[in-house]
Amino acid sequence: MWSLQRMLRQPLSRALALSPSRLAPLTARKFADQVQAQPDNVELFIDDKPVSVPPGTTVLQAAAQIGVEIPRFCYHERLAVAGNCRMCLVEVEKSPKPIAACAMPVMKGMRVKTNSDLTRKAREGVMEFLLVNHPLDCPICDQGGECDLQDQSMAFGSDKSRFTDIHFSGKRAVEDKDVGPLIKTIMTRCIHCTRCIRFASEVAGVDDFGTTGRGTDMQVGTYVEKMFLSELSGNIIDLCPVGALTSKPYSFAARPWETRRIDSVDVLDPLGSNIVVATRTNEVLRILPRTNEEINEEWLSDKSRFACDGLKRQRLVTPMIADSRGNLTPVEWEEAIVAAARALRDCPPNKLLAVAGELADAESLVALKDLVNRLGSENACTEQYFPLEGAGTDLRSSYVLNTKIANVEDADFVLLIGTNVRFEAPLLNARIRKAFIHKETDIASIGPKVDLTYEYIHVGDSASIVKDFATGSSSHEALKRLESAKRPVVIIGADQLKTPEGPALLAYTQELALRLQDKLADKEWKVLNVLQRTASQVAALDIGYTPGVGKYLQDGPKVVFLLGADAGVVTREALPKDCVVIYQGHHGDAGAAIADIVLPGAAYTEKRGTFVNAEGRAQQTLPAVTPPGKAREDWKIIREFQIPRFCAAWIQRLPATRLMSSVHLVGGRPMLRLPVRGAIPAFLGTPTSILSPNYVPDCHSSFATR
Amino acid sequence: MLKEQDKIFTNLNGKETPLLEGAKKRGSWQKTKELLDLGSEKIIEEVKKSGLRGRGGAGFSTGLKWSFMPKNTSKAYLVVNADESEPGTCKDRDISRYEPHKLLEGILLAGRAISASVAYIYIRGEFYNEYLVLKKALEEAYKENLIGKNACKSGYDLDVFIHRGAGAYICGEETAQLESIEGKKGFPRMKPPFPAGVGLFGYPTTINNVETIAMVPDILNRGGEWFASLGKPNNTGTKVFCISGHVNNPCNVEEELGISLRELIEKYAGGVRGGWDNLLAVIPGGSSVPLIPKSICDTIEMDFDSLRAAQSGLGTAAVIVMDKSTDIIAAIERLSHFYMHESCGQCTPCREGTGWMWRIMRRMVAGNIKPGEVDKLLDLTTQIEGHTICALGDAAAWPVQGLIRHFRHIIEERIVT
Repeated sequence: MWSLQRMLRQPLSRALALSPSRLAPLTARKFADQVQAQPDNVELFIDDKPVSVPPGTTVLQAAAQIGVEIPRFCYHERLAVAGNCRMCLVEVEKSPKPIAACAMPVMKGMRVKTNSDLTRKAREGVMEFLLVNHPLDCPICDQGGECDLQDQSMAFGSDKSRFTDIHFSGKRAVEDKDVGPLIKTIMTRCIHCTRCIRFASEVAGVDDFGTTGRGTDMQVGTYVEKMFLSELSGNIIDLCPVGALTSKPYSFAARPWETRRIDSVDVLDPLGSNIVVATRTNEVLRILPRTNEEINEEWLSDKSRFACDGLKRQRLVTPMIADSRGNLTPVEWEEAIVAAARALRDCPPNKLLAVAGELADAESLVALKDLVNRLGSENACTEQYFPLEGAGTDLRSSYVLNTKIANVEDADFVLLIGTNVRFEAPLLNARIRKAFIHKETDIASIGPKVDLTYEYIHVGDSASIVKDFATGSSSHEALKRLESAKRPVVIIGADQLKTPEGPALLAYTQELALRLQDKLADKEWKVLNVLQRTASQVAALDIGYTPGVGKYLQDGPKVVFLLGADAGVVTREALPKDCVVIYQGHHGDAGAAIADIVLPGAAYTEKRGTFVNAEGRAQQTLPAVTPPGKAREDWKIIREFQIPRFCAAWIQRLPATRLMSSVHLVGGRPMLRLPVRGAIPAFLGTPTSILSPNYVPDCHSSFATR
Repeated sequence: MLKEQDKIFTNLNGKETPLLEGAKKRGSWQKTKELLDLGSEKIIEEVKKSGLRGRGGAGFSTGLKWSFMPKNTSKAYLVVNADESEPGTCKDRDISRYEPHKLLEGILLAGRAISASVAYIYIRGEFYNEYLVLKKALEEAYKENLIGKNACKSGYDLDVFIHRGAGAYICGEETAQLESIEGKKGFPRMKPPFPAGVGLFGYPTTINNVETIAMVPDILNRGGEWFASLGKPNNTGTKVFCISGHVNNPCNVEEELGISLRELIEKYAGGVRGGWDNLLAVIPGGSSVPLIPKSICDTIEMDFDSLRAAQSGLGTAAVIVMDKSTDIIAAIERLSHFYMHESCGQCTPCREGTGWMWRIMRRMVAGNIKPGEVDKLLDLTTQIEGHTICALGDAAAWPVQGLIRHFRHIIEERIVT
């Protein structure tokens, strides 16, 4: 099996062997045992400008180094070189034919002319050929405005058309393919660059795409009609240089020049992929990936990309209080806040419970914990469980991805325990696959046998295997490989820890990791990784939340404050009859359904919030649109309970940045220090807290006029 | 005029049995062990001395090509290109079915020269009967231990596999052939890296034409100097010419390189139909080279360099003769259609350009073009030529260029105004 595997892997690495510098991000990190001979640089001339690059660099990359951009369609720096579009043809002195810059390795003393007559003529020719069978339906094409073919035909194309055969024989027309509900195909527009094919087989690991037919009849497709079943499928929309593959949900929605683009961070998986939120008229239209080499490269998982339509549906748009019959009725903010504040005030500290959900930002987490503590309680917990036996969450390294996402590429052996990385963190899986293909990394998995898009050793499905691994009593091949690995990685899925054997599983995993760690020559390399399931968990644990609600629910809380807790961990049945449930969040889901008081919050596209991803990296979302209806940013809502009443307006008038700057990242952990903790200026009089018994609601406060 | 004893393919007409018994009588497998014992370097040296140039069309020095193979490699492959699909060409077919043992012996010797452990014969799918003969011959060779482990008791191991194509012209292109053998779609690969560096299954590979390989045993047997003494300098040795079209007696014939075209046609093919003066044009090297009109045919000599000087090429030496009854535009239009049909579709200029060219050619046949379009077509051919991954783009462009170069007046006369 192993030899077969290597053979299958090989064609790809061979295709990539052309341009080692494309693997530069992979080799950029150097480790103690990697002694790399520095080959002498090659000097060449591009447009008479000297440039010195390592051997194996392509002409196109060398040109990019001195700021000369050579047009291309098929070339993509993260995919194998295809060299089929021929747009990057450039003249090289002493070469009779123009050469494809994307595939040609540099040679000493080469003189490349990227703007000579021959080069320009070659580009013009290729452009003309591409347009011969292109429908030129730009006015009805969703790619219009962000189309490589449009841009490059403007920049490098001829100014007139010579294609008169349109009057005699027309153009090629190709039947559209149905590859599922996310990707719309208009295959007549295809220019056969094969980027989608290469992405599917190299990165996504789903070898469904290919070409059929030949010559003018060549078509890109799946041959037998089927869905492109990949959790990374949306990326081929971005990769397609023309409008052949576009987003189905986004079709005919907007033109790129109409949208406003806000850089933000995704919260729908624990990786915190960097995104761009495209909005128009206060509506999120689509989400695109933003390059971050250390997290998502330039990919995005389908969930993160296509879930944005949910931001418009089932939203909580107004504060609500349950009436006498238990129906939630819209009220003003003031009323809801006061009702919630009174419930909190009247609650014995030990009967108070705050539960943070999976989408809570660090600011609101801090504010909520602050509130709970101020009320004399310590009962702040998260929905997601994590065993507290042993080191618990005292050491940060026991609940984050210590290896870091990008470093996984350098691992020589990866052991997955109880995790389907493909669905829990698709882009981490893409990294593992990248290592599998380019670095001959091998992978083993303990847990259910699932399709991870790469071959792996399936050790078994029993938790006891982890014990055998930890104690070294297993004679399995995977353990031997793991023990002899120079840079091993062990990843355990946090969901697995909810089970009764969770604590033991974690303890043995830690023991195994420690044993491996001790043997490593490279002391900088980290072995143990816990893959959390939600975007909020790491920040919550950093801040000091207790993972899991089990113990507190048994105590029979009187007031439960749910901060976006929708996972169904807290149910009405588990609570005492007279318990008041306050739900703060942005969607009407499981949490709001059991609530007595609903405080509408903002979704991640509507607020500035800090999120700490699974590897412990703090990142900030930015507001792309305003929250719908009367919904507000979450930390501001929680602050209302705490701040002396008149101070609310004062805080609101502060520039948001100043407030945000009070979230300090101490050693990567967010710590909130709000100005309200300082002395209140005397002229403001004696503060009356909303929680104090003699507080009288003021309808002219900032709430009413928000 | 080639002397009878200098002929390499003595059974080219298929009068005798192609099988081992007959082949041995004709001189195959006689000194193979001694030749193998020469060792890699001496074999390459001898082939270099012979001046043998590849018979598949490009005419690259065979000895030089072999010397590009890395010396210290764990594995190397020899691929023999029998995917003969070039219109007008049928020499490899006759060698495969009438002289299979010459080919097999050549494979063994060439394999020794490049230290290959496995050789593939990629035979055109349509050549089913030829495949059967070749297979039979291979079985004989295995049985007699001429090929296989310790081939000819020389201590050298070579396995030979016959791989049948599935009917694509492009798989005759060497790197597309490698892809096809690997089980993938026949798309030519980018070069560099060349097959001698990264070839079949990622290992160093040499790809040679059937005729080239089949000539190797005789070159080694009789010596490189003998081969070099035939033909002309830099165009040495013999070549199988395939004469077809408007001649009285279409045939395959082995002759010295440098023979005059007129002599070739009149002597072996019974002359042009209706006499030499009825000649319109000749495509001298298979469909992909530019045609030459009668004025050039009168004096041209059939070798690589002379034809190149006449802005054509020897190609596969498939001489397609067209007499004055030919609609030369329609003839070239048919070739354009062939190239459109056979373009693999991988790279833009060829995929789109061959189709566009054919569309214009089709209108040209009917005279339905504007005067300026002849120049446009010529310009299109230059946009395809040299801009593609493999040489199919060039092959599609050249016939059209040849037509416009020599018969522009006919095209222009036909334009319907």
